[in-house]
Amino acid sequence: MKTVSLHAIAHSRAGDKGNRLNMSLMPYDPAHYRLIAEQVTADRVLALFTHRGATGCVRYDLPNLQAFNFVVDEVLEGGVNGSLNLDGHGKSNSFRLLSLTVELPEG
Amino acid sequence: MADSRFLVGNGAGFSGDRVDAPLPVLKTLIASGLPSAMFFETLGERTVALAHLEKRRDPNAGYEPMLERLLEPILALAQQNGIPLLGNWGAANPPAAARAVARLAMAQGLPDLRIALVEGDDVTGLVAGGQLPVHEADAGLDMGAWKLIAANAYIGAEPLVEALAQDADVVVAGRTSDPALAIAPLAHHFGWRLDDWDALALGAATGHLLECGSQVTGGVFWDPGFKDIPDPANIGFPIAEVTRDGGLVITKAANTGGLVDLRTIKEQLLYELHDPSHYITPDVVLDISQCRAEQAGQDRVALHNLRGHARPDTLKVTASFEGSWLGEGEVSVAGPNALARARATAEVLLQRMKIRGLDVRARVDLIGVASVHDSDHGALWRSYAGPEPEDIRIRLAVEAQSRDDADQASREVLALLCCGTAGTGGARWRVTPRILTRSHLVLRERVPTRVSVRTAKEIAG
Repeated sequence: MKTVSLHAIAHSRAGDKGNRLNMSLMPYDPAHYRLIAEQVTADRVLALFTHRGATGCVRYDLPNLQAFNFVVDEVLEGGVNGSLNLDGHGKSNSFRLLSLTVELPEG
Repeated sequence: MADSRFLVGNGAGFSGDRVDAPLPVLKTLIASGLPSAMFFETLGERTVALAHLEKRRDPNAGYEPMLERLLEPILALAQQNGIPLLGNWGAANPPAAARAVARLAMAQGLPDLRIALVEGDDVTGLVAGGQLPVHEADAGLDMGAWKLIAANAYIGAEPLVEALAQDADVVVAGRTSDPALAIAPLAHHFGWRLDDWDALALGAATGHLLECGSQVTGGVFWDPGFKDIPDPANIGFPIAEVTRDGGLVITKAANTGGLVDLRTIKEQLLYELHDPSHYITPDVVLDISQCRAEQAGQDRVALHNLRGHARPDTLKVTASFEGSWLGEGEVSVAGPNALARARATAEVLLQRMKIRGLDVRARVDLIGVASVHDSDHGALWRSYAGPEPEDIRIRLAVEAQSRDDADQASREVLALLCCGTAGTGGARWRVTPRILTRSHLVLRERVPTRVSVRTAKEIAG
């Protein structure tokens, strides 16, 4: 096994609604869909945002699209109208998700 | 079999989008020779509130500030080719926007241009009267002494269809839902019933994919070395091809940059979505949980298995309120020992808030170490253990109930030019009013809409 950044094998986009954040996650190679399903759990994604007070994370699986959708609650410290963060919409957070690592089989 | 395609192009994905984007889209629609429409989505929750404040200041303002700039290069060409232009560019003041379109049309020698004015989304009276239930997601908000600015309901496609049925060349609306701007020309052209949920789902998906403009053609997608796109300085805006039998293909303006492939489609399909089986619009609940996408040629992606469920009985209302004040200040440090100087500066700024007795909620970012991913408490920059950064911008942000506290707090950053660490420079500071929003629900029958279609000559008087 080798450890790689999620950014090397998948892409993502983040969007907001109020104080809630959603991030899509798609592997470039369909062969990595199952591996991501096993390793990139809602709990691991929630842990990326607990320093900002996130309270929950749900993952929706879309096998027909080879895609996942993560929805994280109470993460934007007020959202675009209340946040002191420069990125009130949280759009840069897709790349926080992509900084997670996954274990890939060699070869 | 005859070509049954109808084309929908998008010319703007938000207020602030590239104003030279619409013309290549319009030219592509014309070159296709197919019946077509274009829409412009220029409203966000905050945009509406800011527009209401503008309207208070000037009764002729409060509509999309780039309206004339967006329309100037395309208005005559669109009218000559029978391609209607729809937009929520009326923002807080659709009548003033209609007058602006009329003035532009008269100046361009188009006195017979038919301008539809769609009104009824302003429900400020209902919210001010405390007559609407608060949306469950906002039920916990403490409203205290918030001062209402305005409230607008997200209206659906129905009045827009009516405007097109009256041969409007330009449709000026306020707070429509974003997808309704794409649903309306499709429903008008194909004669969809407004309870044909699967047909409306096709329209809602078209709207959802196109409503953010270039976001489906390479915008906020490109990632050099990983997701490269051609000519990112000239990304082509999107066009949807819809057929009577339920086909949907997303493509883009000819002779432009950007691209349309499975990756751009998936990123935008899931953008701002929560439960993929339940994307609520005023016209239909869209279900993409079984959706499949397929590359159908260069810059062409077909979507299948889109489903619709019955529309909700209620409409979403966004109410905006005058909020607190935001004070911000920034200074830079760079070179040897920058990290230690930046951290010390951050602590001093927070200490200064206490010494001055300023009633503020404060946050510090160390841009170049940790900022947009950090918490208000600076969890990431405090624990940072990476390599020494070359160049760091220190940012203080405060929220205050009084403008003076916000101003004094941000000026503490200015004071660092003399009182700060060695080599502190480049101060900027500013104070801006904040707007708060809250969502409500309203029964749709309580939001009657009105449509009036008049020529430019009639409106300009």
